[in-house]
Amino acid sequence: MYSGLFSADSVAQALQCLKTEIPFAIWETFYVTVVSTALAVAVGLPLGVLLVAGEKGGVLPLPGWLMKALNVVINLLRSIPFLILMIMVFPLSRLLIGTTVGTTATIVPLVVAAFPFIARLVESSLREVDPNIVEAAASMGATPLQIITRVMIPESVPSLLSNVTIALTTILGYSAMSGIIGGGGLGQIAINYGYYRYKYLVMLVAVVLLIVLVQIFQTVGTRLAVKSDKRLKH
Amino acid sequence: MIEIRHLSKTFSSGEGEVNALHDINLTIADGDVYGIIGMSGAGKSTLVRCINMLEKPTSGTVVVDGRDMGALTTAELRQARRDITMIFQQFNLLMQRTCLQNVCFPMELSGVKKAAARKRATELLELVGLPDKAGAYPAQLSGGQQQRVAIARALATDPKVLLCDEATSALDPNTTAQILGLIRDINAKLGITVVVITHQMNVVKEICKHVAILDRGTVAEEGLVSAVFAAPKSEAGRRLVFPGRVDETVSDPARQGQLRVVFRDARTTGIPMVARMAREKNILASVISATTQPIDGETYGGMLLSIPHEQMAEAKAFLSSIANLTVEEVSERV
Repeated sequence: MYSGLFSADSVAQALQCLKTEIPFAIWETFYVTVVSTALAVAVGLPLGVLLVAGEKGGVLPLPGWLMKALNVVINLLRSIPFLILMIMVFPLSRLLIGTTVGTTATIVPLVVAAFPFIARLVESSLREVDPNIVEAAASMGATPLQIITRVMIPESVPSLLSNVTIALTTILGYSAMSGIIGGGGLGQIAINYGYYRYKYLVMLVAVVLLIVLVQIFQTVGTRLAVKSDKRLKH
Repeated sequence: MIEIRHLSKTFSSGEGEVNALHDINLTIADGDVYGIIGMSGAGKSTLVRCINMLEKPTSGTVVVDGRDMGALTTAELRQARRDITMIFQQFNLLMQRTCLQNVCFPMELSGVKKAAARKRATELLELVGLPDKAGAYPAQLSGGQQQRVAIARALATDPKVLLCDEATSALDPNTTAQILGLIRDINAKLGITVVVITHQMNVVKEICKHVAILDRGTVAEEGLVSAVFAAPKSEAGRRLVFPGRVDETVSDPARQGQLRVVFRDARTTGIPMVARMAREKNILASVISATTQPIDGETYGGMLLSIPHEQMAEAKAFLSSIANLTVEEVSERV
């Protein structure tokens, strides 16, 4: 399928596409990824906190049945393949956005897919906090809320940043997949040109750009995580 | 004043129940430096955590300055904890905050205005000898410096009681001496009651006025440090003061028994008792271990002797005739 990849025709079309469609597609992908991650963090962070703080012996123990229900829901959402989940949340997208196609509409399935993942990542970050430091805060008369907001979260910021970076790159991948349901962005260009029209060079260009985006997100995220960590001597 | 009455703590785990503390009774006077010493697993850390209710006692009461800690509501307890602060073996500083922010932390919790908190924190860092480390992060400090910051943090809410949980166990001997000096100064300057949990004899000798020896969840003995060290009444006490650890291989229990001899003052330490025992009574004792140490200006000594069974009674009688000396047969191998 890659024969004639660099024929004059193919190259001309790719260049044309780079000039016209791709810049906007990059923006769409960037925007969908960042907004979805931000919303998924907004939902997933509190849930992740509850997963740690709410367990038996945690700073804010919750009823056992509630913790079980929370865990089941998170595991359930995480087990649904994204491709299916996208279709399953159509009614929700229609309710919230008014449509199921387009860039903004794909934010809905992305958030639904990502927040349980982020809840688990937050959970693992918060579990890294030294329980002795939590005990020290309790010994100073900190309330459970103060322990969460002033000890557990600030102390795990470096780990949270690197985990959010992992989520960001995963969501970027998902957002490309949403090209199938008309999600826009680089994913849609890759599918439209590569899968429907057999213009493989354009598809490859789109993929390379996705790789570049992942590299940028990962580099920036890692750098922020390292820079924020005051445990490292620098 | 801290009054601990009939305090017991039982942990129930999957395999059954563990009696961590059993019927503890202690009174710690205001301004005292009170040591609680014991081997690992004796229940020291549990006991100190029962004072500020980080561990809820299974039964018994802890009364601090007339307040029954167990009867407080959670809000009252949080308030009370500002008067009973704590330092730890691993310092437990917030690693993502500067030293100044760490010292500000307890004031932040209680709603002190930021500017006032920073001013007080700066003073406290000066008090603990780290005025130039305000902007440094804990990871940039040595263990001793981190413990100083932790002490400054513990003093931020003007506590009446400072609980030290193995506060020097992670530090080298020099740094330990400096931190103990600082704690002593704080006790003297600010009149704060200090409770010191440790497994190190030297820590108790260095700063405590009173000591309780904890052994398998009970108080084996307690009193003035000088008195307890001079004549430890309990087996656990003697083991701590004169740690003559003996291997099975040192003497043959079938043929020989062991005597522990504890003596005090220079005149007694000057008596060549093993030589005299050999010459006058023809008892051939071998010395397994011997130590002397100055406590409160007097010299104390301890010796572990191995003596043939058939001469044991005679040896005991001979040694008992010497003044300022206690002798006992060691039955249990420790």
